[in-house]
Amino acid sequence: MVKSFRGGVHPDDRKRFTAAKAIETMPVPDKVIIPVRQHIGAPCAPIVKVGDLVKKGQVIAETQAFVASPIHASTSGKVVEIADYPHPVFGCCSAIVIESDGQDEWAEGLPLTRDWRTMDSAAIKNAIRQAGLVGMGGATFPTHVKMSPPPEKKLDTFILNAAECEPYLTADHRVMLEQTDRIITGILIAMKALGVKEGYIGIEDNKPDAIEAMRKAVDNIVELSVVPLKTKYPQGAEKTLIYVITGKEVPSGGLPMDVGVVVQNVGTAVAIANAVEKGLPLIERVTTVTGGCITEPKNLLLRIGTTFEQAILFCNGLKEQPAKLIMGGPMMGMAQSTVNVPIIKGTSGILVLSAKDVNHGEERPCIRCGRCVDACPMGLIPSMLSILGERGKFQEAKAEYDLLDCVECGSCVYVCPAKRNIVHYIKLSKAQNAAMAAKK
Amino acid sequence: MNAESKIELGTLTVSTSPHIRCEESISKIMWTVNAALAPAALFSVYQFGMGAFSNLILCIVAAVGAEYLILKWQGKPMVANDGSAFLTGLLLAMNIPSTLPWYMPFLGAVVAIGIAKHTMGGLGYNIFNPALVGRAFLLASWPIAMTTWPSMASKVDGMTSATPLGILKLQGYEKLVQVFGDQAVMYKSLFFGTRSGSMGETSAILLLLGGIFLIYKGYIKWQVPVFMIGTVGLMTFVFGGKAGLFTGDPILNMMSGGLILGAFFMATDMVTIPITTKGQIIFAVGAGLLTVLIRLLGGYPEGVCYAILLMNCVTPLIDRLVKPVKYGARR
Repeated sequence: MVKSFRGGVHPDDRKRFTAAKAIETMPVPDKVIIPVRQHIGAPCAPIVKVGDLVKKGQVIAETQAFVASPIHASTSGKVVEIADYPHPVFGCCSAIVIESDGQDEWAEGLPLTRDWRTMDSAAIKNAIRQAGLVGMGGATFPTHVKMSPPPEKKLDTFILNAAECEPYLTADHRVMLEQTDRIITGILIAMKALGVKEGYIGIEDNKPDAIEAMRKAVDNIVELSVVPLKTKYPQGAEKTLIYVITGKEVPSGGLPMDVGVVVQNVGTAVAIANAVEKGLPLIERVTTVTGGCITEPKNLLLRIGTTFEQAILFCNGLKEQPAKLIMGGPMMGMAQSTVNVPIIKGTSGILVLSAKDVNHGEERPCIRCGRCVDACPMGLIPSMLSILGERGKFQEAKAEYDLLDCVECGSCVYVCPAKRNIVHYIKLSKAQNAAMAAKK
Repeated sequence: MNAESKIELGTLTVSTSPHIRCEESISKIMWTVNAALAPAALFSVYQFGMGAFSNLILCIVAAVGAEYLILKWQGKPMVANDGSAFLTGLLLAMNIPSTLPWYMPFLGAVVAIGIAKHTMGGLGYNIFNPALVGRAFLLASWPIAMTTWPSMASKVDGMTSATPLGILKLQGYEKLVQVFGDQAVMYKSLFFGTRSGSMGETSAILLLLGGIFLIYKGYIKWQVPVFMIGTVGLMTFVFGGKAGLFTGDPILNMMSGGLILGAFFMATDMVTIPITTKGQIIFAVGAGLLTVLIRLLGGYPEGVCYAILLMNCVTPLIDRLVKPVKYGARR
């Protein structure tokens, strides 16, 4: 039986443009723009100067803070500029610009060979930290932090989030087909580091070939099993995924580790395998470049620091007037104002959508139809949150309508016939509450 | 900063996620509800003739016209064509006798839109169902005209100009059955609509089909009509008979009056009912109970209109008390 959860929506998955296309490696661009902040947490500071020669995989920015991940050069060459550049998440961020020397030469000692079976938990976590791993599904939370629970939290379950429930995106799907064994190795390494014995791989049933491939790969591994999931957004939201697979609900305001679970993304699992076995830092990732405006949609293996523009041109540019440029999926991705932003560790997709794809419509007053209530996987009343946000009643939204439990999945906005920007009001209310709390 | 882009972007919209929306819209919902009501409305024209036709036109024109003028006057976005004012007009017409003089439906529609809807802030903000406020206004202003129904002599011999519920109230159950001939004929004419009453409330079958279509489309929830009609059936069976408890006629009570119209098309008006399914069930049961209370003990033979309006009052309260179970609250 395929598993599911309450609420959710069924947008057309629009994965057909790229689902059957093998991952293509894009050549290293002449210049890469590498922001010093590509994760949630403390920003890194550059440790190279303009004019320095760097090698591929060399650390170029770091910090002593625990909740942070170091940044590495994604190719070899010369640092030509350290300046503020457009950033796909933070708007603007200091970035290190490297002009490629065309050699693409690894830093000394890379790649190395290590047997993870002989490494202890601390060594594995250290390798993960050194490699600058973050959650590659889009949240970019530093992986070593996620894997270091306080001692009072007992973990028992590892979940690989392979739902890929966002429409359009097929990067995880392709990785599952093409790097199946690397994923399994990554999961086993993570499970060893966490000391958990039970692992699940949750895949939406619109990817039967991936379910098949993963099933075959875990055939002889008793700790791992593949769980087919009903194709329904937001199946891959961490909290719904945990509920569907384990039957447990993460408490309000809590983390997955509160119910003994750690969730990792497909891309992250591969990165864990590469980091621990070969010492390779996170300098490239698979990204789906797609949307109604892209001439030739593709799944690309891209260096961090490649600009959206370079990636789009590699897909033969645009065939239609775009209405929106998005980093990530269409449900939770972030709208961009320029193609001059670089790919970062969390860039799961680049979408260029036409006005027809977007279908925004005029916002009207809420008619209380209740479709958002039925769609909300968190059991909230999104219509009230939007009305309270619109009227500036931010504290009431928090105190009486569980504002902070919203995961911003966007299901409510998707189904709203009044085309209300509910998530917008919710983000505004959260920000205002945070600002009020900071003032006190 | 980078030099000029090699890609022609034009103007990009930068807004919060999500970036895709479903195909539904307010006007699509409203026009679908209108379409679901159309068969019953057309049947009323067939049944009651020109009076019904002119009432329909008057109510709709007055409702949409009032909406247009008020939006224009207030400088709000012009949405008079979204089907919601049309629906108010159509519902009002279906809730009144076909014999009213022209100015009554006209004024009823103006009150429905002007007072019940726009003094509250327009679509989405009104507390009471506008069409029912229009009907209540007419009933309070012209009680005789509003309870005088066209005779159905051609269809059922000897039928007076009272509705089945009116006969039941004033002359008793035996007299009612006698008017139709026997019980089976009575049920049949209630079901197919060959009896007197307000324009749109006569044909149970056409209203049911329209309602089921809306349930299929997902615009209304089956719980509301089922619980409201079910409550009326149960309570009238228990308390409705003259011979003691459990002797009432639930079938008669479920199919007569405006119950089916009210339960499928007005107790489901999303703006004025609770937002959660649980809340809607409470609303439907409450409306059913009030309907029975008015029918059995009140001065009027029919109570659906006031029952729904009274439950509209407590909708905000129900919404405050009945919320969905939040994720993470169960564990």
